[in-house]
Amino acid sequence: MNILLFHLMPYADLDLREADKYPHSWVTLPNRFYDPKKGHALYNRYLDEMEYAEDLGFDAVCVNEHHQTAYGLMPSPIVTASALSRRIKRAKIAILGSALPLRANPLTVAEEHAMIDNITGGRLISGFVRGIGCEYHASGVNPTYSLARFNEAHDLIVRAWTEPGPFEFHGKHYHFEYVNVWPRPYQQPHPPIWIPSQGSRETIEFAAHPARKYTYLQTFSPIKAVAKNLLMYRDVAKRHGYTSAPSQLGWATPVYVGETDEAALAECSEHYENFRNRFLGKMSLEMLMPPGYTSRESARAIVAAKTAAHEKVDTRRADELGMMTCGSPRTVADRLIDYMTQIGFGNLLAMLQFGTLPADLTRRNMERFAEYVMPRLRQAAKELYGS
Amino acid sequence: MAFCEEICNIRGSRITLKRGGSGRKLLFLHGANGASGVRPFMEDLARDFDVLVPEHPGFGGSDEPEWLDNIHDVAYFYLDFLEQLNLRDVFLVGASLGGWLALEIAIRDASRLSRLSAVGPLGIHVPGIKRGDMFLWSPEERVRNLFHDQKLADRMLAQPPTAEQIEIEVKNSYTVARLAWEPRMFDPHLAKWLHRIKVPTQIIWGDSDRILPAAYAAEFARLIPGARVDIVGQCGHTPHNEKPQEFARLLREFCR
Repeated sequence: MNILLFHLMPYADLDLREADKYPHSWVTLPNRFYDPKKGHALYNRYLDEMEYAEDLGFDAVCVNEHHQTAYGLMPSPIVTASALSRRIKRAKIAILGSALPLRANPLTVAEEHAMIDNITGGRLISGFVRGIGCEYHASGVNPTYSLARFNEAHDLIVRAWTEPGPFEFHGKHYHFEYVNVWPRPYQQPHPPIWIPSQGSRETIEFAAHPARKYTYLQTFSPIKAVAKNLLMYRDVAKRHGYTSAPSQLGWATPVYVGETDEAALAECSEHYENFRNRFLGKMSLEMLMPPGYTSRESARAIVAAKTAAHEKVDTRRADELGMMTCGSPRTVADRLIDYMTQIGFGNLLAMLQFGTLPADLTRRNMERFAEYVMPRLRQAAKELYGS
Repeated sequence: MAFCEEICNIRGSRITLKRGGSGRKLLFLHGANGASGVRPFMEDLARDFDVLVPEHPGFGGSDEPEWLDNIHDVAYFYLDFLEQLNLRDVFLVGASLGGWLALEIAIRDASRLSRLSAVGPLGIHVPGIKRGDMFLWSPEERVRNLFHDQKLADRMLAQPPTAEQIEIEVKNSYTVARLAWEPRMFDPHLAKWLHRIKVPTQIIWGDSDRILPAAYAAEFARLIPGARVDIVGQCGHTPHNEKPQEFARLLREFCR
């Protein structure tokens, strides 16, 4: 069982009332709302929180990539991972992930991840993503090539890590006369590759394929969707003739542990709702799903259903749906163990800071989680999985 | 005037072609919204012309060929199309994305063209002139921003699309993104070669176009030697749909 701390590093000092006047919290929300002095304090606070996670016994800290938004201040997760790589001495550092199609030169991902893997002596978990739809507005990259570029960049990076260089590479989107990456990764044949996703059949098929067996992470979804997608992974594995290990399955989710159920809900509600409804949720379908980003079938279903990109949801409801978990230490531990028993994931990525959750509440949340929830999860995993 | 529809197979890629009327050949290249129906302007023009309205590869009922990557591919496809149908002295008319396509065709090979009319064409970028971003607009905004006369938008919005229309809309939008997402609705290399267009050229623009403002017309006129500019009053991005009679009149006047 791996218990990881997941952080988005949101711009928690956003003037919410002013930002509410704009239709989106991504891409077009003017960056005058970002104050570098406050940003300086936030970056250092968040890095401290991630370093503290190691002291508290987390197995890894997780960083990720988002552009032009208050939702997360890591346009380059490489910078965050680098800043952590000399301070965190035992835990792993997971980049979940680098958005491959957005790179003009995906070899830079192979190089940067390999550098961090070397600096940390093999403590890098390398994640690859396509990036959510908004990133295609922010980067200009053509969303109709998103999947093709992802696949091609992935193949290129894995070959660059594993095949003796120099060799030449000519795909449809990327061309190199010399692929010869220095440094080579510390871990052999290469760092573990994890695939975070909101869940699509294509992605699950890709991750579960026996040639890859990549760990698949379901992010921020109601527990029903988590169960459905992780079960799909296991079915795909079975179809390929193998049984997937719990370590191949993961779930990233906001968690808040309070003294009591009532205190937990009271303390985190506003901050969770800011995360869900303001930082993440203020996004149109056009922004979330540019043409070509999804399969044609899902695009048609979305047009026909006239669904919103993200329905507003309050914390109580989110807790009921298993989109987040909050409560007393016992409630949270019971619930997460229950989910784990039903679904069989071996990686839990707990997001213990979300939205506007301030520093003191974040620390107490991390401490309670580490003190009460973590040991019970580990014990339950030992009984369930034998490890 | 009746239009009939046939399938043309151009070197293995099938497209639909609506054809009606008689007279000089007029090839109309549609814009981002495709050409699934017969529009009043087509009927009008068919009184004087042999009107050909194909659906581009990747649109409507046409195939989505593997080779379809950019606007240049579509331009070369239409050069094949003109050759295969052995069309000569063609009056090439293109609207919006189709206007851009018409210009890409004409800079490559205008030998089968007699004249060219581009209606609110995409294809170039003029610094300092604010364009609309149709990829960020909601479905309602996309309709509203097409028209000057909001009554036309109201009428369009009052009819919910059928499942078949949704399928075509999604297909079209994927192809538009493939061709025009980046750079956004233009080809940085087109402006360099527009001077090569030697056939008589007309630029038509709606004066209240919210996708590409009419100020673009002057830039095209500067880049294409001798181009004539006609601005349509109280009209949005699609003069052929919003002001079909005036549109047809301007084409006839240009041909005189």
